Amino acid sequence: MTDQDSEIKKTALYALHVELGGKMVPFAGYALPVQYENRGIIVEHQQARESAALFDVSHMGQVRLTGADRIAALEALVPTDITNLAVGNTRYSFFTNETGGILDDLMITQAEDCLILVINAACKDADIAHLRAGLKGDVKLEILDGLSLLALQGPKSAEVLGQWASEATTMSFMSTIDMTLAGVDCRVSRSGYSGEDGYEIAMASDQAEAFARKLLEHDAVSVSGLGARDSLRLEAGLCLYGNDIDATTSPIEAGLTWAIQKRRRAEGGFPGAEVIHGQLADGVSRKRVGILPEGRAPCREGTELTDDSGRVIGKITSGGFGPTAGGPVAMGYLETAFAPAGTVVQAMVRGKPRPCEVVKMPIVAHSFYRG
Amino acid sequence: MSEVKFSDDHEWVRIEGDVATVGITTFAQQQLGDVVYVEVPEAGTAVEKGGEVAVVESVKAASELYAPIDGEVVESNGGLADDPAAVNSDPEGEGWFFKMKITNAGQLDELMDEAAYKAFVESQS
Repeated sequence: MTDQDSEIKKTALYALHVELGGKMVPFAGYALPVQYENRGIIVEHQQARESAALFDVSHMGQVRLTGADRIAALEALVPTDITNLAVGNTRYSFFTNETGGILDDLMITQAEDCLILVINAACKDADIAHLRAGLKGDVKLEILDGLSLLALQGPKSAEVLGQWASEATTMSFMSTIDMTLAGVDCRVSRSGYSGEDGYEIAMASDQAEAFARKLLEHDAVSVSGLGARDSLRLEAGLCLYGNDIDATTSPIEAGLTWAIQKRRRAEGGFPGAEVIHGQLADGVSRKRVGILPEGRAPCREGTELTDDSGRVIGKITSGGFGPTAGGPVAMGYLETAFAPAGTVVQAMVRGKPRPCEVVKMPIVAHSFYRG
Repeated sequence: MSEVKFSDDHEWVRIEGDVATVGITTFAQQQLGDVVYVEVPEAGTAVEKGGEVAVVESVKAASELYAPIDGEVVESNGGLADDPAAVNSDPEGEGWFFKMKITNAGQLDELMDEAAYKAFVESQS
């Protein structure tokens, strides 16, 4: 066993993944299935678009903040309005840096007596250090490393959870409720990373495998891996941290202005607020856009985008094949003049320019539950 | 009579007279996963053993295909443009990539026969 092997962490579902034919790959320090034998990314992707796909997302970090100053303390690190976030609701957020870049994106849930954060696996250690250094006043941070996190995504997800708890079927999008499912105490959020209706479900790790097996007993449910998770979120126009957003991209450039609520825009009080105010007032020089390559050749991350004269005007940050779109799909950054939908730019693939159309995101329409 | 040989890049090479048909093996397509795009060389392209000659892309990634021997492409499988999934469903039949005229028959001896390739695959997994 090499050092690297010994450092790879396993989730509570590792044995189940292997049993189901998961092709295990290292991802953010965890052994996770990129796809499953006899299924494949396209089938696993369609599982989420048409039925209900079970993903193991236990690699993501879960953190609880308690203490009287928790809301103000966290607001000092993110541009999200947490003060007016109702109990039981969840918001998409990001940690910003002094230059208005993004250190990580996260989900914030307002619970009765605490805040629950879900952060990216690859950023977990840095985020926790950032929180410990930046949270001021009466606030206590607890890493919930005894919890696993499963995502059930797809139009039949509500029916599946509804067999145990009818409130799961009627809870609103981006709400979070503690409930008992199949005898297991769970924290259930109606959210996800696929563009479909679905849930993220946290439970004690020692119950995760048994719970996953209960989900898989339902005819509508099958497992899907990281490959499908990526193609789903790409079609849905959702950012992957490290690709589409990072410490050098601002939320305004990334098209995430909607996630900075009015009061925070007016008052600031988060890292990089002056830069972000300036960008809101004066505009930005580049924007994140959806990109549809013509023809069938995928355009991958890192592919340069040029105008007709060959001048580089941007770059693809995520790109591949979209099983629902039925062809190549991508997103990336373009100089603002080229960002309007309908603009045609050239992607340089293996030295040859390939025409691409700038499109509005999402490329595949969202089907979130709207009551 | 034809003879099939294999390269250590997981290509199969079917030899009929002085023409070789080239594709990727069942093992290779399983490793790639769902193939969504294939770029094959034009007839007349001169290729050198080890040189990039075609591209095969799965949902996840793009991979190069290297020429298993020297030669000149005489025909490509145009059907893969519309049906790249044939590389998955029938890798050693409908999913062939290109045919080439063999210009250095001595190189065929450097390829593996079926038994040697089978042992090679087992050593890889």
